[in-house]
Amino acid sequence: MNTWSDVWGFPFGRLTWDALPVMDIFKADGRTELLSGITGTAAAGMAVLGFVLVVILITVKGWWRPLWSEWLTSVDHKKIGIMYIVFSFVMLARALAEAFVMRSQQVVGHDGGGIVMPEHFAQLFTTHGTIMIFFMAMPFLTGMINFAMPLQIGARDVAFPVLNSVSLMLTIAGGVILMVSLVLEPFSTGGWTGYPPYTELSYNPGAGPDYWIWAVTLSSVGSTFTGLNFAVTIYKKRCPGMTLMRMPLFTWTSLCTSILMIFAMPPLTIATALLALDRYMGFHFFTNGGGGNMMNYANLFWLFGHPEVYILILPAFGIWSEVFATFSGKTLYGYTALVIATMAIAVLSFTVWVHHFFTMGQSANLNAAFGIATMLIGVPTGVKIYDWMLTMYRGRVRISVPMLYAIAFLFLFTIGGLSGILLANPTIDYQTHNTLFLVAHFHNMLIPGLLYGMIAGYTMWFPKAFGFRLDERWGYRAAWCWIIGFMGAFFPLYVLGLMGMPRRMSGYFTGEWLPWTIIALGGAAVILAGFLSLIVQLWVSVRDRKRLAVPVGDPWDGRSLEWGLPAPAPEWNFPALPRVEGRDAFATLKASGRDLGPPEDGFEDIWLPKNAAFGPVIGALGTALAFTLTWHMWWAVLPLAALVPLVIIAQGFRRNTEKRIPAEEVRKEWRAFRELAARTPRVPRSSEYTRDNRGHAIPMAQEAAR
Amino acid sequence: MNQKTRHPGLNLGPKHQSADDQAETEVFGFWVFMMSDAILFGLLMATYVVMRPNTNGGPGPQELFELKSIFIETMLLLTSSVAIGFSHLALKHEPRPVKMVLWLLVAMALALGFVGFEVHDFLKMFSEGGTPQRSGFLSAFFALVPLHGLHVTFSCLWAVAILGQMLVYGLDDRVKLSMVRLAVLWHFLDIVWIGIFSIVYIGGLA
Amino acid sequence: MPPTVPKRRAWLRVGALAAVWAAAGKAQAESFLDPAGPVAAAQVTHLRIILIIMAIVVIPVFAATPWLIRRYRYGRPKGDYRPDWSFSTLFEWLAWGVPVIVVLILAVYLWGRTHSLDPYNPVPGAAGKPLVVDVVGYDWKWLFIYPEEGVASVGELAFPASRPLELHLTSDTVMQSFLIPRLGSQIYAMKGMRTKLNLAADSPGTFEGRNTQYNGEGFYTQTFKARAMSDAAFSHWVSKAKASGLPFDGKARDAVEAKSNKVELARKLDQPTGQPILFSTAPSAMFDEIAGLKETAQ
Repeated sequence: MNTWSDVWGFPFGRLTWDALPVMDIFKADGRTELLSGITGTAAAGMAVLGFVLVVILITVKGWWRPLWSEWLTSVDHKKIGIMYIVFSFVMLARALAEAFVMRSQQVVGHDGGGIVMPEHFAQLFTTHGTIMIFFMAMPFLTGMINFAMPLQIGARDVAFPVLNSVSLMLTIAGGVILMVSLVLEPFSTGGWTGYPPYTELSYNPGAGPDYWIWAVTLSSVGSTFTGLNFAVTIYKKRCPGMTLMRMPLFTWTSLCTSILMIFAMPPLTIATALLALDRYMGFHFFTNGGGGNMMNYANLFWLFGHPEVYILILPAFGIWSEVFATFSGKTLYGYTALVIATMAIAVLSFTVWVHHFFTMGQSANLNAAFGIATMLIGVPTGVKIYDWMLTMYRGRVRISVPMLYAIAFLFLFTIGGLSGILLANPTIDYQTHNTLFLVAHFHNMLIPGLLYGMIAGYTMWFPKAFGFRLDERWGYRAAWCWIIGFMGAFFPLYVLGLMGMPRRMSGYFTGEWLPWTIIALGGAAVILAGFLSLIVQLWVSVRDRKRLAVPVGDPWDGRSLEWGLPAPAPEWNFPALPRVEGRDAFATLKASGRDLGPPEDGFEDIWLPKNAAFGPVIGALGTALAFTLTWHMWWAVLPLAALVPLVIIAQGFRRNTEKRIPAEEVRKEWRAFRELAARTPRVPRSSEYTRDNRGHAIPMAQEAAR
Repeated sequence: MNQKTRHPGLNLGPKHQSADDQAETEVFGFWVFMMSDAILFGLLMATYVVMRPNTNGGPGPQELFELKSIFIETMLLLTSSVAIGFSHLALKHEPRPVKMVLWLLVAMALALGFVGFEVHDFLKMFSEGGTPQRSGFLSAFFALVPLHGLHVTFSCLWAVAILGQMLVYGLDDRVKLSMVRLAVLWHFLDIVWIGIFSIVYIGGLA
Repeated sequence: MPPTVPKRRAWLRVGALAAVWAAAGKAQAESFLDPAGPVAAAQVTHLRIILIIMAIVVIPVFAATPWLIRRYRYGRPKGDYRPDWSFSTLFEWLAWGVPVIVVLILAVYLWGRTHSLDPYNPVPGAAGKPLVVDVVGYDWKWLFIYPEEGVASVGELAFPASRPLELHLTSDTVMQSFLIPRLGSQIYAMKGMRTKLNLAADSPGTFEGRNTQYNGEGFYTQTFKARAMSDAAFSHWVSKAKASGLPFDGKARDAVEAKSNKVELARKLDQPTGQPILFSTAPSAMFDEIAGLKETAQ
């Protein structure tokens, strides 16, 4: 019967009660199925409960209006950066919990059985990977760049502030889709790579792969815009005197990451779009038969996927450069070499994608060429490691919280690099491909490399965003948990991989693997404790914000421009665009007893972009479109799709998009800040982690000279 | 702003000083966006080349492509690019926007003609069994060529939006900048079409 | 090539011993670090050599970092303080030069090994005429077709240890990856395509093989036994399959194509579970059809 509602999917498309995880409990047949249903229901319950609690909290506190007018519609790069990071923390919490469930399953699931069914387990590893890459790592680094980069180059905002808000909201839209999939199952079981033909209609007719396709597509479009925005910002918005070779290293790595985003996100968009055409309209790109060929997908996906890992790691490399220089009280060693190395990595990252499928049966010549290209990346990466070590040489190293992460990173990342060189050899990859050795390798690069870097950056720039430091005691606790937990959770996976254990196993019958999975579970628990420590740290720091306040804004004896601003930084960033005379711009000013102001030509009116609802509206439309497409609610898809261009056209009709900050107001605020600084005693580095540190630093060089 | 720091090739007239200041960033940003879009088209062209032999026993280029119609489409699109060029020149040299608008309308008419011929081609292919569901080759064709057509259609929609803005606000800075960017997009789509013409049609028939 | 086996096995068991409940009787881990064929043995050697060469660049990091932190720590510094020191030609040469030389050496080595161990080439040093086996991946089992012997099996890849194996692989479902860790390399199996894998065993023995590419809920059960036999045992195995195996007819094909693991398949075909399923005919034409080699299938 082709009724109207069948054709148009009115009202709920193919969505039925079966989508609720609680139905798995009723239908359960056997212990594991029951436990699996309970696990899924509990996860969905937590998502719903968390959402309801947040809504109640906001309503009770009367925060809806400020949330809308000061945050969601804000186009201030600092606030957008903060929202990105908050979002990535929420997603990190979910993906970590999933990792913990997977580790538990591999302990109790030997001999089959366990606490989650294989299908459920597959959803876990798919969402874990998808979230960690697209909705934890990407937003975290994007937020970090958003917050710090414009400050470092002496700009008022990014080049396209409204587009920035659109990027954020598209990313959040993808995250919302992932969260919805927790309540209305199932998500894809095809892994974060979503390889067809497994994800094609003939093998997976359900909603799962569609959820994945739209979530990833939203995120990839958002990231393309982000890359464009950052690249144009760095090219066009640098303050006078900030030549390319004077930019802080973090800005350099941001530039390289942005360029990679512009070039590498389109292949992903194409891969997911073609898969969607296959699934929705019966095209034959990656199908078995019909003239399709899944090898094209592998090439497209990894043409994105490999540059993606450098999109992820380069900003962290930038943060490490800042951390090593700042906490060694010394200028960065080998600036030029580091810039060249960064660029070399960015270029080489496009030449190695075949190493993700050495085992696809191509010729030995091709494999060997791509294997050698892969090892070549080890050269600039090695140079970076040595340059950071040489930055400590002849310095005064303070083992602050970010520095603790940095030192752990040096050791652990080197081990990860070693396993990377092994995997770059096709001969070895023929054995270790698809095993836990590979899983251990990329976690070894991404946790100590990227995540430690992000947490270090978060710790370092937090005072600049909120005006107070993060509590150090909990900071050290979190750091040690992350370091020990990482080693506990992933070193056993190297062993398991060498012992032949494949990835993505929900059950196994090999007793010798069991002890190692138990150690890994213990490590995962410690990592979880590390994450909880970060949450406690945030709570304790907010509670003790008076004690931890650093209003003068330079708590770490920083070297780049942002440290010359008050903490929190004002909406307009700089009272007047600074003039830069060399590298380490703020350190140079401090050395000669100067500060960022007052401007030479007197204060002027500052024009800033007004808030815009465009971003949230596009984000909401994106979420609704993704959801209705996933569940085949065609009646809603068409009007929503038509709304998108209409909203964009309406945005084009907006005029008077800027607001004026009067010169007098800027002058007053800046003068108050300078007076506060004059009153506040300067402190040596030994007082860094004490109440005395109000953000007025004695430069390390002067301290040592005394 | 002095002449030296002006964005090269921007072609905004001497009376458009404030627009010129913003253009520095905005037009550069649009070029970067075009670069990303170019990669999109490039990958789809590569996909087409790879999938070209996968006709799966269905109709191939010889049976489906008709050069006469494609030649007309090419002429329409290239001429519309010339028209948008005149419109752009009028923006630079004419004090009043009459010529600019007229040339823009000509460009739109030609572009819509292009889209019309293209839709006609597709319908003809469908009637000959050349649907995207038929084979990998046709899937690749229908992912690439209609995407370009969609771009052309949306460019026309953008042109309408610009004309609407002119009705409300006159020839203000936003309108001028939109015109400059629209022209970039229009020429870009021309270049993509030349790629499609060579790779899809000529390459397919060769 | 048996020399280092005991030591390596002991090393692998360190963890196993630590936990009491990893009791005897459970299946043992099958690792290429315990090689049973020339390919896996060469892979272990390659692994070792890379580790040794890489020590040149890794050890400085592990040795110098603690030294730097100790010597230049803020609390009690020993070394001099040069806040503006940021370049040294010597260090620059070392930082770039040493990794470049190491990668060059590794690259030469990689090039040679990748070619000599190319899974499409005959196993270097393995004598004898290769035994050709056509392998089809299904959800969630492997079908082994012996075109020359005219038999087929599920769950067991039997072959004479005196002859190398030449496997031709395809998949009748989603992409899979075929691996026998103790023998050597893995390779993908894809529908409409044929990939190749050459392996050899040193001596008779039983080795675990599996699919390593996730392909659905039965993925973790998709294992099989690779059995290297004496020549006599292999002829016996072939004649047993011919005599008492099932014919690979339409019914058998339907059963194999349905989603099930090897145990469920055995039940469906009324065969004893826990044993390989043997077929008395070889569906070679079917292999060619699945692998998209129709022109040779006539």
